[in-house]
This record gives sequence, C-alpha cells and structure tokens, in this order.
Amino acid sequence: MINQENYDLNEALKVENLTINDYEEICKRLKRKPNRTELGMFGVMWSEHCCYRNSKPLLSKFPTKGKNVLVGPGENAGVIDVGNNQKLVFKIESHNHPSAIEPFQGAATGVGGILRDIFTMGARPIAVLNSLRFGNLDKSSNVDLLRGVVSGIAHYGNCVGVPTVGGEIDFDDSYSGNPLVNVMALGLLETNEIVCSGAKNIGSPVLYVGNTTGRDGVGGASFASSELTTTSLDDRPAVQVGDPFIEKSLIEACLEAFKTGDVIAAQDMGAAGLTCSSAEMAANGNLGISIDLDLVPSREDEMSPYQYLLSESQERMLFVVKEDKINDLIKKFNKWGLYANVIGQVIATNEVIISHKGQIVAKIPTSALSDDTPVNFHNVIDTPPDYLLKKWEWKESDLPAIYEQKIFSLKENKNFSYSEIILKLLSNPSIASKRWIYKQYDSQVQSNTVFKPGKSDAAVIRLREQNNKNKNKVFSGIAASVDCNSRWVSLDPFRGAIAAVAESARNVSCVGAEPVAITNNLNFSSPENEIGYWQLSSSCNGIAQACEALETPVTGGNVSLYNESKNKDNVITPINPTPVIGMVGSINNVEKAISSEWKNIDDEIWLIGSTKSDTTIAASSYLEYFHGEITGRPPKIDLVDEKFCQNFLRNAILKSLVVSSHDISDGGLAIALAESCILSSKGATIELTRDLNRDDNLLFAEGGSRIIFSISKINENEWLNYLKENQIKIPSSVFVKKIGRVSNETLKIKIQDKDICNIRVEELSEKFNNSISGYF
Amino acid sequence: MDNFTVGVVVFPGSNCDRDVSWALEGCLDIRTKYLWHESSDLSDVDAIVLPGGFSYGDYLRCGAIARFSPLINSLDNFVKSGRRVLGICNGFQILTESGFLPGALTANKNLNFICDDVELDIVSSKGGWFNDGGEKQTIKLPIAHGEGRYHCDSDTLKKLLDNELIALRYKNNPNGSSFDIAGITNEKGNVLGLMPHPERACDETIGGTDGVVTLKSLILK
Repeated sequence: MINQENYDLNEALKVENLTINDYEEICKRLKRKPNRTELGMFGVMWSEHCCYRNSKPLLSKFPTKGKNVLVGPGENAGVIDVGNNQKLVFKIESHNHPSAIEPFQGAATGVGGILRDIFTMGARPIAVLNSLRFGNLDKSSNVDLLRGVVSGIAHYGNCVGVPTVGGEIDFDDSYSGNPLVNVMALGLLETNEIVCSGAKNIGSPVLYVGNTTGRDGVGGASFASSELTTTSLDDRPAVQVGDPFIEKSLIEACLEAFKTGDVIAAQDMGAAGLTCSSAEMAANGNLGISIDLDLVPSREDEMSPYQYLLSESQERMLFVVKEDKINDLIKKFNKWGLYANVIGQVIATNEVIISHKGQIVAKIPTSALSDDTPVNFHNVIDTPPDYLLKKWEWKESDLPAIYEQKIFSLKENKNFSYSEIILKLLSNPSIASKRWIYKQYDSQVQSNTVFKPGKSDAAVIRLREQNNKNKNKVFSGIAASVDCNSRWVSLDPFRGAIAAVAESARNVSCVGAEPVAITNNLNFSSPENEIGYWQLSSSCNGIAQACEALETPVTGGNVSLYNESKNKDNVITPINPTPVIGMVGSINNVEKAISSEWKNIDDEIWLIGSTKSDTTIAASSYLEYFHGEITGRPPKIDLVDEKFCQNFLRNAILKSLVVSSHDISDGGLAIALAESCILSSKGATIELTRDLNRDDNLLFAEGGSRIIFSISKINENEWLNYLKENQIKIPSSVFVKKIGRVSNETLKIKIQDKDICNIRVEELSEKFNNSISGYF
Repeated sequence: MDNFTVGVVVFPGSNCDRDVSWALEGCLDIRTKYLWHESSDLSDVDAIVLPGGFSYGDYLRCGAIARFSPLINSLDNFVKSGRRVLGICNGFQILTESGFLPGALTANKNLNFICDDVELDIVSSKGGWFNDGGEKQTIKLPIAHGEGRYHCDSDTLKKLLDNELIALRYKNNPNGSSFDIAGITNEKGNVLGLMPHPERACDETIGGTDGVVTLKSLILK
C-alpha cells in the first residue's frame, strides 16, 4: 500500500511549478492521485531543466548525426571520434540561477555538475571552458557577482585538477539581475566501452557512490526553471554546496571502477538527484528500479522521503553493477574515502518503487515520469517584432561625417582620432584582456595545455592519456571554443545564432583544427513571452542551418529559460538572448597548431574574407561602445564562403606556411591587429586601400568571415605558390590579400598612403590589460 | 643508475602526481612509482616527489592534514638517509607543515589563486637543484597556487640567508612572499620545497624546459 498523506494541492502545485493540467495528467498516468512525494518527483522531472518542456519542438531541428558522432543528444554527454581510437566526450551546462543568488557555490557546483556528466561516461575530464555574462561593472553588485563566480569556478576547477583552458565573457545591463554562468567540459574516454545509463540485468544491485545526501539543493531543478524575483534570495537553500575534493576522489574511483567492466550502467545525480537518476536509468533500460531510502547514506537526521528524492547534494552517482563483483567495487570507493552502498535493485516491472521505513512512499511507472513528458506549445510570431524592424533601418550614413580624420562620438559629444578610438575600444571590459579572470584558473594542470589562455583563438589540448608516457609519439590534439555575440542575437536572433556557430568554428580553424561538432547552451528569457519564444525559435533555426552547412552536428546541450529579473517595482528585464556555442575540433598533429600573436619582425600580414558575408558597422562593438547605440542589422554570413575561408587557412596552417592567425570579431580589423600586437609585444605596419566605405568601416566594421594571419619570411615563396596553385578554387567573392608587415613597437595603419593611426604597443597593452582589473 | 626509481606520492586530492610522472618518465626517462599515502614502506624508491594538488582537500590549512599520513611519518628516516625529497606547491606546503622545512605558506597577498609564468633568480647552488653548471641564473616556471606566500620570522630568515638555504626568488613577487622567496632547501640540501611547478616546464609543446634541471637532479647523489 502506498503512503497517502493529505496535502494542500494548490500550494503543492505552486511549489512544484506544475499546472492543474499536469496534475490531471499525472492522475491519469498513475490511475490514482499522487502523494506529495510523488508530486515532487513529477515536478522536477517535468521541469524545463529536465524535460525541455518548452524547447523540445525547437531542438528537434538540430542536425545530430555525422560521421564522427558516436553518441548524440540523450545521454549524459555527446561523444565524438577524434581519430587514433580516441573518443572525446563533451557537453555544456548552465548554472545561471544558482549563481545569481549564491555566486561562489552556484558557479562551483556548475563546474562539478558538468564534470560528472563527463566522467559518468567513462571519460577523464581534460578541460573546462566557461562562458559568462554580467551586467556592466560600473555597478558594484555586478563586480561582486563576477568576483564570486570567478572564485567559485577557480575553487572547484583548480582543486579537482582539471585545467580551465578558455572562455568568453561579455557585459551588458540586461544581465544585471540574472548573470549567466555556462560551463563546458571535455573528457577523453579511458574505458574501452562508453558507459551508458540504461539499467540492465534484472536483479542486479543498484549501488550508490560518492558523497552523502543532505537537504541542500532540494528542488533546484524547479527553481532553475522559473524566473528570478526580489524574493529569490530566500531560495538560497535550493543552491547546492560543492566539495571538489570529493569530486576528485570520485573521478579516480569511478574511472578505476569502470575499467573493471563490472559497472553495467551509470548515471550521475545532477538535477533532481535520486529521482531523475533512478527514473532515467530505468527508462533508458526499459526496466524498473526499486530503492530503499533507509540505505542511502545521509548527512542529516530525520530527512523525509521527499527530501531524499529531491536533494541535489553534489558528488553522487548511481550505478547498476554485477552482483558478484559488488565487494570489489565497494572496496575501490572506500579506498578513496567515499561511500558505496547498495540501495536497491533492478526489477522486471517498469516502475520506480521507493520505500522508506518499511513503507512504499512512491510507486510510479517509469513511462509516466519520463515518456511523453508534457510539452508547452507556444505560438511563434511570423514576422520580426516592430522594434527590430525599425532598428534594421539603421545605416552607416546615419553616423556623423568624418572630418579631418576625426569622428564625432554620438555618446560623448566630442571628436576623437582613430588612435583614441582604438584605445577606447581596447579598454572596454567586453573587449579588454580577461587576464584578471583566467589568471585565477589553473590552466596548466594535466600538462597538456598547448597555449596559455588568451594567446590563441581556441584552446588547444594535447590528447595524451594520463598514463601515456611515450614521448616519442606524435600526439593529436583537440581545439575548443565557446562563443556567442549576444548583441547580434538580440538584434537578429537568426543571423546572430548563425554567426555564433560560424565564429566558434572560425576560432577552431584559426589554430589549425578542423571543427567537428558542437554542444550548445540556450540561455533565453521566458518562453511564455512571445518575443522571448520568437528569439529562441529563430536562434534554433540559425544554429540548425549553420551546423548543417559547416557539418558540425549538435551532440547535446542545455536549455536555460526564464532568465529575467524582476525589480522592486515589478519591472521585468529579460536577458539578451544568448545561445552559447561550444565547438570542438581536432588536429592530427598538435605541434602544428598556431596561436594568434605575431611571431617575427617583417613577417607578412594577410587578410582573408568574403564579400558575400556582410562587413558592417551595424550592430558592432564600435557602434555600441563609441557611439552608444545598439542598433542596426547584424551581418549576414555566407556559410559557403565561411567554410571555404576556414578550410583554405587551415590547410595552409597544416602545411606550416602560416605562423599566426586571429579572427576578426569584436572591434573589427583594427582591434584584431591591436590584439596580435599586444600579445606579441610587436608592432605592425598596415596599408589599406580605400573602398566605397567610410574609413571607420575599414577599421571597425565586423563580419565578413575575416581572419588576419601572418606568413614568416622564410615561407613567403612557398606561400605564394600555395596561393597560385589554389587560385582557381578560390570563389570570386573570397579575397586573400597582403595588408602589411610585422614591425617593432608601434601599430601604424595607413589608408591610401595616409597615416591614420600610429600607436605604441606599450600604450595599447596598458589600456587592454588594466581595464577589468581596475574594478577590483 | 638504471634502476633508480622516484616515488611520486599520491594523497587523495593530489592532482599533479601524473604530471610529475609524465615529466620524469615521458620527458626525462626516469623511472617512477606511485606511493599511496597510507603506505609507509619507502624501501624501493631512491628519491621522492610530493606533488601539487589539494591533499585531503586542504581543508583546515594546506598540508595540515597530510602531515599526519603514514607516508609523511616515515619520511624522516628517508630524509636522514640523505635521499632526495622534492616538494612542489602543495608538496612544499606539506614539507613546511611537517617541519622538514622552516616557515609557512599562507594565502596570496591578493587573496586570489594565481596561475601564471614567473621569472625566478637562482640564488643558491645548495643541493645542485637548479644549476647544471651552465650560465643560466634566471629561469621561467609556471606557478599555480592560492596559498603560496612564504612567511617566516626574522631569525629563520637570517638562518636561511646565512646558510644559503634560499634556492629561488621571484623577480616580480606575485604573492607577497617574504624576501621574494619561491623555494628553499634544508641545511643538508637534500630536501627542496618550491611553489613553482618544474614538472610543467619539461616539455616544449606545453611551454618551456626550464624545469628539466630540477627534476633531473633527483637522481644526483
């Protein structure tokens, strides 16, 4: 008999974020009324966080198959084949709401959670990247949030011994009340077989391993699936507390256990804890699971079944294991000081049966929890909203005319020279050096990080298994990049999403790696608002189209909705739509990878790009940070040319013709040049030809699928030959042209033989390096 | 020399143990063996590295719990026998906590974790840990620590100076260490503790080889 206590239905539905329709559906599926514990289990399982109830119809558009994809969406993480019998596991996940109210633990457990997704599959985590968004730093609360998030990521990542190798960050006031913390993790499979989550073998024991269960994080998934309000701070108990030391031990113990082949299935306890992991293992294996809560190691007394089941205490996993190997496995975990308790078994009936103190407290058919979960259908508006159509009318001629090489700033109402504008842009926190942040992350542990953070467009990791000590081998490598220009997405979600995929692929190509697949983190506001849903839907279309064209399928990801904040006066601020793309690529010989700083004085500087991809000041950083206007239609990217430019450059890199390369993004050509100067402490002399565009377009326009790269003097002839040999293949819309040379000490730019900028690299560095750190 | 084996200690929470082992075996062809923290049998190793990481989570204080481990308890005889012990980062913290080296390591002056490359002056040739007879007096090594600010009282500092026990000093002090100290040895010179990570600089692919001499010197008598 199932325990049936009375409860206030309306109150309970509110707590669980369920509708009355959901409740009726639950009753239908159970053929009776759920008790309070069961209702809680449905609440988390049917939240956006766990079942994508708002985004599911949109996600189905993504291409998910490809020649290198071994595991696509649906498992704990995606898996791709990176050659040499090596398999790479990767995924991105958000921890936005917890970080908004408890930045340190929110961010720390964000790292812990995504790492577990990786090693649950039998992979050793080898790198972490993050994508962050905060409100502008002139507000002290945003400075505090940034400080807390960065130290949380540092605390967890550094201790657990996984290098934080890259990331991106952007500042905009829409994130003031609702910062974004997205963490991407990558792992290298150490077992022969990918460890999956489906329960098998009726009668096999269910083993609980790792940390104890406490009351922390109860209902975290439901909390993450609703908007933040002024009372959200009261939800602080819904934020979990992480222990990276336990996680480190758990990684070692799990990998040792998986290597024995005695673990039949594994699932980490992430969102919705024990409920979600047991239900998913049962559902994926098409069997049932019974669990006795009295056997679960707890850290607090008198916990209720509801609390056991919905706790999101960290560093816990659930295994199905071979019965005769149970003692050997338990010993492995005990050696690392971890709990390992048999708490249940696999059963033949398709049910999750939970008992507590001799009573059955929940008995739910697995299909009821996880099959055909409810979908909230929303209407998608068929034309872009009026406010955007209006912004799209903006054109470059709306800017003040250029007079004697000076431009009038609409923001500051005075004239500036080009040099002054470059320095201004370099010191904007969104463009400036992120050194204050990445210096706090151990980026070198595991001894495979090829470039120091900030030195290359994508992070490059040598693929050397931790136990491989053969130095005479040529090692392959992987590159990874996280990207999203949220200004572009807010001004045109479709084009902006395409650009995010294109940029992440471009970054990976710039180091010499071939883009293989993506994971994505869709951070959006409420889907119940028609513009919010349109942004989500248009972005998904853009991602689908770009991934199709660039042949980089989606292997999984995360959806985070309801990212908006409500102030005291009940005014709701939605975040800029932010579909973060995490791209991974592979490179056969990691020694061939290149970074983005100039290498030698007198090296030639070249530019590749497409005239079919727009190059425009519209929606640019220059327009926002210099003129104070967030407007215009972001550039359209021609994906065929985009792919050509990337392939062309990558092949040249792999032939060792190119010694540095850097994509043109925020701030345009001038800023890309300045960055390569700053990173190398070398200058550049650049000569540009005037075209029909304004001079500020030449310097600061964005888009155009453009990349700057340098050719070492000794390779000049070989490079010209390569160019000649391939001339016939280069589409007429793609240009490859020499624009200057690397020099000493100063960045000089000429347009039509006229000096328009002459700045010492020291001065560039000073602005670039002291911007963000100045706030702390 | 063929059988020379360096023991690399593994505490729960160590995270540079494999890196040290890669640097020694992969880059320098020196045999290694992992030593679990609960073992106290050090008879089959000829030198020991205490690697970086967060032993036992470094709760309470860095290295404060590790000093009570069976392995550290048996280290005294090993050191007295004149065999070499190298403590890197957390290993250095453990060596000061357990009294093999004087002083203490406290939170960085800016209270943040710092991961960076630093320039270091080689100050003393005691133990031959740095200078292989070459001209190089300055080296570049990576650091990665939250609690690397070396501190000691003035008597200890005087003793360090008088006996040439200061091995390495930062050129641009990153963490507020007294007297810019980055690494010290014991009086005999067979124990070295340092905050920088020589094992992360033994391999051109990941940035530099300035750590090679230090790891190679483990096999010196």
